[in-house]
Amino acid sequence: MLGSESLKKIDKEVAKYPPDQKQSAVMAALRIAQEEKGWLSPETMGFVADYLDMEPIAVFEVASFYNMYNLEPVGKYKITLCTNLPCALSGANDVASYLKEKLGIGFNETTADGKITLKEGECFGSCGYAPVFLLNNRKMCGSLSFAEVDRILAELE
Amino acid sequence: MEQILLKGLEGGKTWRLADYVKRDGYAALKKIFAEKMTPEQVIDEVKKSALRGRGGAGFPTGLKWSFMPRNYEGDKYLVCNSDEGEPGTFKDRDILYHNPHQLIEGMIIAAYAMGIKTGYNYIHGEIFEVYERVDEALEEARAAGFLGENILGSGFSFQLHNHMGYGAYICGEETALLESIEGKKGQPRFKPPFPASFGLYGKPTTINNTETFASVPWIILHGGEKYLELGRPNNGGTKLFSVSGHVNRPGNYEVPLGTPFAKLLELAGGMRGGRKLKACIPGGSSMPVLPGEVMMELDMDYDSIAKAGSYLGSGAVIIMDDTVCMVNALRRLSYFYYEESCGQCTPCREGTGWLYRVVDRIENGKGRNEDLDLLLNMTDNIQGRTICALGDAAAMPVRSFVKHFRDEFQYHIDHQKCIVSS
Repeated sequence: MLGSESLKKIDKEVAKYPPDQKQSAVMAALRIAQEEKGWLSPETMGFVADYLDMEPIAVFEVASFYNMYNLEPVGKYKITLCTNLPCALSGANDVASYLKEKLGIGFNETTADGKITLKEGECFGSCGYAPVFLLNNRKMCGSLSFAEVDRILAELE
Repeated sequence: MEQILLKGLEGGKTWRLADYVKRDGYAALKKIFAEKMTPEQVIDEVKKSALRGRGGAGFPTGLKWSFMPRNYEGDKYLVCNSDEGEPGTFKDRDILYHNPHQLIEGMIIAAYAMGIKTGYNYIHGEIFEVYERVDEALEEARAAGFLGENILGSGFSFQLHNHMGYGAYICGEETALLESIEGKKGQPRFKPPFPASFGLYGKPTTINNTETFASVPWIILHGGEKYLELGRPNNGGTKLFSVSGHVNRPGNYEVPLGTPFAKLLELAGGMRGGRKLKACIPGGSSMPVLPGEVMMELDMDYDSIAKAGSYLGSGAVIIMDDTVCMVNALRRLSYFYYEESCGQCTPCREGTGWLYRVVDRIENGKGRNEDLDLLLNMTDNIQGRTICALGDAAAMPVRSFVKHFRDEFQYHIDHQKCIVSS
């Protein structure tokens, strides 16, 4: 169900914890699965449960508790914009309006071509670089002006 | 000004092991082994330094370490809390990214002091690039013999791993963090028992913040008393302040505890556009807001800020100028706690939603005359009635915003509009 590269990564995570505590690797395993599949379908979560000897419901509890997991398909690129107070003081709401207008979508929506999903996020612990958004859970883009947003969007293929 | 955490980090390219060693890195650990310092001596030195937990609670670090059972036969764990998500706080990110080995060395020393063989560093998932760098630093430390079996031939062994969070503010609460490492939802545990007796996997565990651990090597190398002298009595050392909001140069500033707020504001380039300081949250979004004129008279240490009615917290200083509508600012913060409540305790799960909805209706011109008293009544029914401090964290901003800026809230209710923008 998951590729061998992903399984190798998951095994490396499992090895960090005591032998009788495989469940400790579930957050990492779900992240790695999501990186391969784009989102966590019930089948993918079921596979992770089997792989770590967990009950499927225990895996779903984790996947639904932490908000960086995608429980539904998302676009090729997921943009999560922080709108919390420190970012808002530095123009995050203007950036939100700009992104929504430019992409023609609201928060929790995906562009018609399936390319970009826009999400609203909570504090990323990067308020000194406000406003910030997170690209595909990996790349933090900060000090966002409209021009900077244009530049980043133009680079997305 | 003496710097401990950000010293010699100019240019952002000096994070590797070799760079760290050049600025006295791992010298404290070598000193412990060379001078055969006992674990008790290490803990005593940390006690003398008056180092207090830098994550927000300000608990004395040496005292916390002394709670760990010494002669416990089974496994014990050391955990670093790098789950930085308190709005306004971004200091640990910079330590992790620019000075990861100082944290690693601090954790090795702590592990030695408490006889611990395994550690985990819980880093929040939003800073993936930072996580990858710390992973690389761990590899460097292992290759150089600072981590693993028989460290530097001392007979002491310690292994350290990173654990990535994936988007849950509550995991900054230490027992929620432990649940999260165990592969569960991050829901705080009832205390007692405290982690020192029942922690990770039910074993004795000590959890400290990133900045706390990173302060330890300097204390061992130069002595606890020297560290204490850098700050003020009961407020030892330097502190990283994350300054955000309406300043010219947002960023992290490392200054001695007790530095006047006015000086910190100056370091951050002063108010953006030369505007007036209206309000400041001095310790992260969960701490009470203070009016600008009160802040300007304060010194930045635990005791001074507590005396003024707020807390130093994580050292996140959120600056707001006179263009800010305080109702709107509180509305955003209240939404945050509503969104991040783990749902375990009814007063918090339901109460944070009520707080948000009432502040939201005031902001949107639908406030009722009784709403301000209602808000305060709700905070009474949340504060102190939940397993963890998230309920308090949601209540304190509400109480302080209403207390210091009541006229603004009342204006919204009376006129269905904002006094700031009208």
